[in-house]
Amino acid sequence: MSGRYHPRVSTWWWLHRWGHLRFILRELTSVAVAAWVVITLWQLCALDSGPAAYAEFQARLRTPWLLALNLVSFVFVLFHAVTWFNLAPAAMVVRVGGKRVPAALIAASNYAAWAAASAFVAWFLLRG
Amino acid sequence: MAETITLEVTRYDPERDARPALQNYDVPFRKDWVVLDALNYVKDRLDGSLSYRWSCRMGICGSCGMMVNGEPKLTCATFLSVYAPGPIRVEPLQYFPLIRDLVIDMTDFLAKLRKVVPWIVREDGREPEGEYLQTPEQLDLYKQFSMCINCMLCYAACPVYGLDPLFTGPAAIALAQRYNLDNRDQGASERMDILAQHDGIWGCTFVGECTKVCPKHVDPAGAIQQYKVNTAVQAFKNLLLPWGAK
Repeated sequence: MSGRYHPRVSTWWWLHRWGHLRFILRELTSVAVAAWVVITLWQLCALDSGPAAYAEFQARLRTPWLLALNLVSFVFVLFHAVTWFNLAPAAMVVRVGGKRVPAALIAASNYAAWAAASAFVAWFLLRG
Repeated sequence: MAETITLEVTRYDPERDARPALQNYDVPFRKDWVVLDALNYVKDRLDGSLSYRWSCRMGICGSCGMMVNGEPKLTCATFLSVYAPGPIRVEPLQYFPLIRDLVIDMTDFLAKLRKVVPWIVREDGREPEGEYLQTPEQLDLYKQFSMCINCMLCYAACPVYGLDPLFTGPAAIALAQRYNLDNRDQGASERMDILAQHDGIWGCTFVGECTKVCPKHVDPAGAIQQYKVNTAVQAFKNLLLPWGAK
């Protein structure tokens, strides 16, 4: 259309608002999730290859760069989980007795399920 | 001497300027003035050539949406005192073509609104003999999404729309969902055919800023995610029960 000024979107648009930066960080966390999946697949392969291979895998996990990678991945996955649970009420419409269940209750139920699953995994791994 | 506050206002004359530029105006600072009052002061007292849209001054018409210090706002509901001592930067809604000064071209938005069939569709196509009766519970299902005033703040907050102008956008999809949830309507499958396309609901990456800037608490981001859930459920039903899922 003639006579119109068409503004260009800056490459750095995501730095101008905290909400946009948080969104980009949330999307970036998928890289950390992928790294975690690769390590888990590696772990399964080592487990399948016998005790010696698994011992070597465990030794590798103790190297500083893998410890650092796991730490960063953990923080990113935590960030992903928290931001996702906070967004969940927008997508989940639950009605009880004709009334919509409040968003805080939906988010709280997600957090409760997360805590229960984590507690079960911790019990399973740490039991005598 | 009266206290003043500085407005930095976008000026653009398509016949003279290659690109927009900011112009400063000092206006009286009054606690009960909103940004629109300050723009009206500029127009009436300082520079009659300034162009911008406004109408009702009470957050109903949706025509005075602008970027205020980088945030999409209704200027009739944004007080100068929030930004004191200033300056306050007033720019046109971002991501839209600019016609002049603070006036954006809304042609694309209006075309997208029409595209989602935002009216009650009846399969038989006949006019009703009387009213379609509706209970308060049935009204409650879609009421939130019906509060949209088409102010386009959600489009100015949506980077997906900025990067991909083909994206149908928050308000239009929320309006489609408003009719989908209306028990009098039978046009959901027609709208789904339109909005299940790539530039429809699946273009949304759930940034969520559209909901934050909405002055009417419509929650377009929620409408889009709920639409996605419905579409995915319907697709699974069609896959598993191809002989009669609908």
